[in-house]
Amino acid sequence: MVNPDSHALVSARAAGAYRASAKALAEEPEEIVRLVKDSGLRGRGGAGFPTGLKWTFLPKNRDATYLCVNADESEPGTFKDRLILEKDPHLLIEGIVIACHAIRCAHAYLYIRGEFCLPYERIRAAAAEAYAAGLLGPNAGGSGQPIDLTIHRGAGAYICGEETALLNSIEGKKGQPRMKPPFPTNVGLFGKPTVINNVETLANLPFIVENGPDAYRAIGTEKSPGTRLMSVSGHIEKPGVYEVAHGVPMRGLIEDLAGGVRGGRKLKALIPGGSSTPVLTAEEAYAVNVDFESVQATGSMLGSGGCIVMDETTDMVWALDKLAHFYAHESCGQCTPCREGSGWIAEIVQKIAAGNGTRKDLEKLESLAAQIVGNTICVFSDALAMPVVSHVTKFRAEFEAHLADRASSSAAP
Amino acid sequence: MKTEKPRWSAARAEEIEALRRRYPTDHALLLPVLWMAQRDFGWISHEVMELAAETCRTSPAHVYSLATFYTMFELEKPIRYHIQVCNNLSCSLTGSEGILAHLEKRLGIRAGEATADGRFRLTAVECLASCGTGPAMQVNDAYYENLTLETVDALLEEWMK
Repeated sequence: MVNPDSHALVSARAAGAYRASAKALAEEPEEIVRLVKDSGLRGRGGAGFPTGLKWTFLPKNRDATYLCVNADESEPGTFKDRLILEKDPHLLIEGIVIACHAIRCAHAYLYIRGEFCLPYERIRAAAAEAYAAGLLGPNAGGSGQPIDLTIHRGAGAYICGEETALLNSIEGKKGQPRMKPPFPTNVGLFGKPTVINNVETLANLPFIVENGPDAYRAIGTEKSPGTRLMSVSGHIEKPGVYEVAHGVPMRGLIEDLAGGVRGGRKLKALIPGGSSTPVLTAEEAYAVNVDFESVQATGSMLGSGGCIVMDETTDMVWALDKLAHFYAHESCGQCTPCREGSGWIAEIVQKIAAGNGTRKDLEKLESLAAQIVGNTICVFSDALAMPVVSHVTKFRAEFEAHLADRASSSAAP
Repeated sequence: MKTEKPRWSAARAEEIEALRRRYPTDHALLLPVLWMAQRDFGWISHEVMELAAETCRTSPAHVYSLATFYTMFELEKPIRYHIQVCNNLSCSLTGSEGILAHLEKRLGIRAGEATADGRFRLTAVECLASCGTGPAMQVNDAYYENLTLETVDALLEEWMK
């Protein structure tokens, strides 16, 4: 049964919240870093980088450290962090306390997506409860150490989910990515060493601290330990967020848990990890498991776990048109290949979708996608190029069927 | 046209000073201050940008660059209902194009426009993270999910009273 007050401290306490953070605060920070490294926890924001390893990149001698919590969740198809923020914000705050202790951070900043009005209210209320209960503040959890949490609201920019754009946005600048290196663990927020972790990543910490790395590794696969929150949407009977052990078959997630393709139709395509990850054909999707390595082996990525299901009626040119429009709209404009390329790509896809494209346009689309990859400060261009290439490659016949000159082209030698 | 110079209320000024202590630079106050300004004054006019610049000890030009970069800051006088329909893939797969077309028809405007009486503005927006509960729209601060033409009509009836 769903508890309508699951976000409140009293409910969280009743479910065992803040036991793990109390345990963590009594340990040396190095011990918590070791636990997290041993657990094999990988970041849930998209890249899947080992969390404990990231923490060890912080310089040994440093005067201040910041933790930035990435609650910007703007990747189309992804809505798992929203669920944690709305339904179980104390799980996140407990994870923040554990991470702050581990990396010796006295002040965490949580950057939340501007459109998240209810999640913003909920996390602010939860933070206020945590302060009032002494779980945050100058003597966090009675540990004698200060842990402050400031909640910083974004204002409508997808790019702020990119970690260095997020830092700029907190600093009161346009949310445009920074060149790397230096990496944030060396020069981050306000010029200080900074760790940036996703909401779901931090929400894993209480379990790891309370039950130990072996218990965590007992779930999932060797290289992708633990569970995964998968957001399932699109042409599906029971859309929603499902927590599954890494390694379960995608077919099981789609057909058993999420009720199968809507209306008993056939699966045509599936985007496995948010809109930027290459699309899979039905055959690929049904053969893959939900873990980083399996999805990577298909040439795609598990990314943020945003699984978009498309049935046999879907026009894949129309689908790419939707995605290309998004990326053209959200380019921050800093790098020329992205600023100009994303708009150009969107224009061509729209032209093809409307039946006015030519074979030359299709070639230009592929050429543009190849030219923007890797040529910009952040991976936003790659995030557009990958869907373009995968859609055009895997569903080429559909694109060709939309071309205005298809009749004359097919007659050409 | 210049409007009366906006000022913070005493309570708001106190809140801003408390917030200032949470950041090592005044510059970092900019986004929270713009949010407060939008709440207090309804929109971000040039005069409000000047106030935000003064509060955060920066230039009005810098505030302008921020206010125009982030899409959620209102740069025009507010309308009563800002209807933002998600136009991204998951919502489109579940019928948001039909919802948007229906709203255009009912309101007599195209996406991107406001009604002549200034009560409604309709915008097609990108992902609202409501993919599992699409089609979805945001109206001011509230989300409306699993929309059908009937629920949209019922909401419009309520708002048009």
